[in-house]
Amino acid sequence: MKFSLGKWLLPVYVIVAFTFLMIPIVYTFIFSFNDSLKSNITWRGFTLDKWLNVCEVQNGAVCRAFGNSIIIGTVATVAATVMGTMIAIAIVRYRFKFRSATSLLLFLPMATPEVVLGAGLAAQFLSAGVPKDMLTIILAHTMFCISFVVVTVKARVASLDPALEEAGRDLYGSPNQVFARITFPLLLPGILAAALLCFALSFDDFIITNFNSGSVTTLPKYIYISASRGIPAEANVIASAVFIIALVIVVTAQVSKAARAKRLATVG
Amino acid sequence: MAFAAFATTTGPGEEIARRRSPIALLLLLPGILYLILFFLTPLISLVLTSLQAPSETGLPGVYDQAFQWQNYVIVISDYWPHIVRSFGYALIATVLALAFSYPLAYFIGVKARQWPLLQSLLLVLVIAPFFISFLLRTLAWKQLLSDESFVITSLKALSLMAPDAHFTGTPAAVIFGLTYNFIPFMTLPLYTTLERLDLRYLEAGNDLYASPLQVFRKVTIPLSMPGIVAGTLLTFIPAAGDYINASRAFLGGSDTQMIGNVIEANFLILQNYPAAAALSIILMSVILVIVTVYIRRSGTEELL
Repeated sequence: MKFSLGKWLLPVYVIVAFTFLMIPIVYTFIFSFNDSLKSNITWRGFTLDKWLNVCEVQNGAVCRAFGNSIIIGTVATVAATVMGTMIAIAIVRYRFKFRSATSLLLFLPMATPEVVLGAGLAAQFLSAGVPKDMLTIILAHTMFCISFVVVTVKARVASLDPALEEAGRDLYGSPNQVFARITFPLLLPGILAAALLCFALSFDDFIITNFNSGSVTTLPKYIYISASRGIPAEANVIASAVFIIALVIVVTAQVSKAARAKRLATVG
Repeated sequence: MAFAAFATTTGPGEEIARRRSPIALLLLLPGILYLILFFLTPLISLVLTSLQAPSETGLPGVYDQAFQWQNYVIVISDYWPHIVRSFGYALIATVLALAFSYPLAYFIGVKARQWPLLQSLLLVLVIAPFFISFLLRTLAWKQLLSDESFVITSLKALSLMAPDAHFTGTPAAVIFGLTYNFIPFMTLPLYTTLERLDLRYLEAGNDLYASPLQVFRKVTIPLSMPGIVAGTLLTFIPAAGDYINASRAFLGGSDTQMIGNVIEANFLILQNYPAAAALSIILMSVILVIVTVYIRRSGTEELL
């Protein structure tokens, strides 16, 4: 590639683009230190109070919502990851009837707008007379996570070298041993990535939750309800803390992956 | 982590002959049953709800099962501006997100190949907005672009904006929010195809005296088509159904309401379940038609 213009134009663009992407994140973080009263709109001075007393505002409403989000995300993640991983293994490894119908059933939830998924489930719960509570939110989140888990784990199963499992069988490993000692450990990074993705989707979901939550409040729902009358800075504190934790997890994973690749390269 | 979802890698595992076994059924059954119960039947109950008629008791929010097809005629004649607006906004936001993301994905996927660590850290930055609440991000933009904000007052001082003009509450603000919020969905699939782009094809183009622009148009773009298709769909579908950005409490105003806002209002506030259900079915059907035509179209273009 010879255009010298591109040599500096593209890197400059990338820096500008990332700056743009980070603006609202930085804003949210800065305003978690705002010495605000009820609503957190104008800057009133720096304070650490909101970080130190997160749970005190509105009798702990923010923290209760956060706790609900954690419970819902955890249960939905476990359920969806187990079911999705099983489907991913079946799709890559086995032949079965209705393969294309299965693929369609897995693709459709990802191609359906969330508002339709939410309204559909709510209509079903309504006609079945199921009251909306924590359980209905968990059922909804598990549903939209399954397809994403299947897609993520499937890639990992497909990249798994079958020779490794054959070697295990040749060495007289029982099917259970081969699965527990070889297949599962090799799939684990993919399963963990899928679980993280599912938790992130569940934790940040508002649209489907809004239709199926009744009076239960999750963190996004709390923010939505408060949006018109002012969101306390404590919500920014929790969002910023979650952001930092997620960033640390992902960056550590990437750096250690790069370090491992380097080590393998020097050894090999 | 999230970008793994968009990868369509083939590996050694693909080559093994798939076996028939009753185990397959056991593995599939829980998840498939779950999706039938909580994805497929809700769609059916949505269709049924969309045909319901108000109950004879006259109680609000109570409906009897019927086959009132005119529900569809009513919602279309009542809400056609919202329907048109939704797809219009989503289309513009998708085009803007593609224009924004392509150079970014190209840099991460092609230029940054020599530095794997930089590559993965830049990817983390792309998905970083996912880690902070979607709603707070959107509210941050609302504050940053409000009438009293630094950006808007500066634009007005420079006479680049009329003194009595607003940004928040306008269609431009809603499209801006949709674009910003779905950029990672566009960038990640673009990255996964560009990352695997074989640079020797570009060299071959150069050797055959193609200008850089020609190489880009005739080689790079066609080879990254799978990423473009995946990215535009992953942006367009959620954007068309979104109701946060267009909501009055966020970036929208009273004349920017989209189909999602109408579905939400009818279902959760007005308790007009048949109207909400009919609108959902319309939204879903239009999207399925667009997706099918689009995938077919881009597929044939690739063959040519």
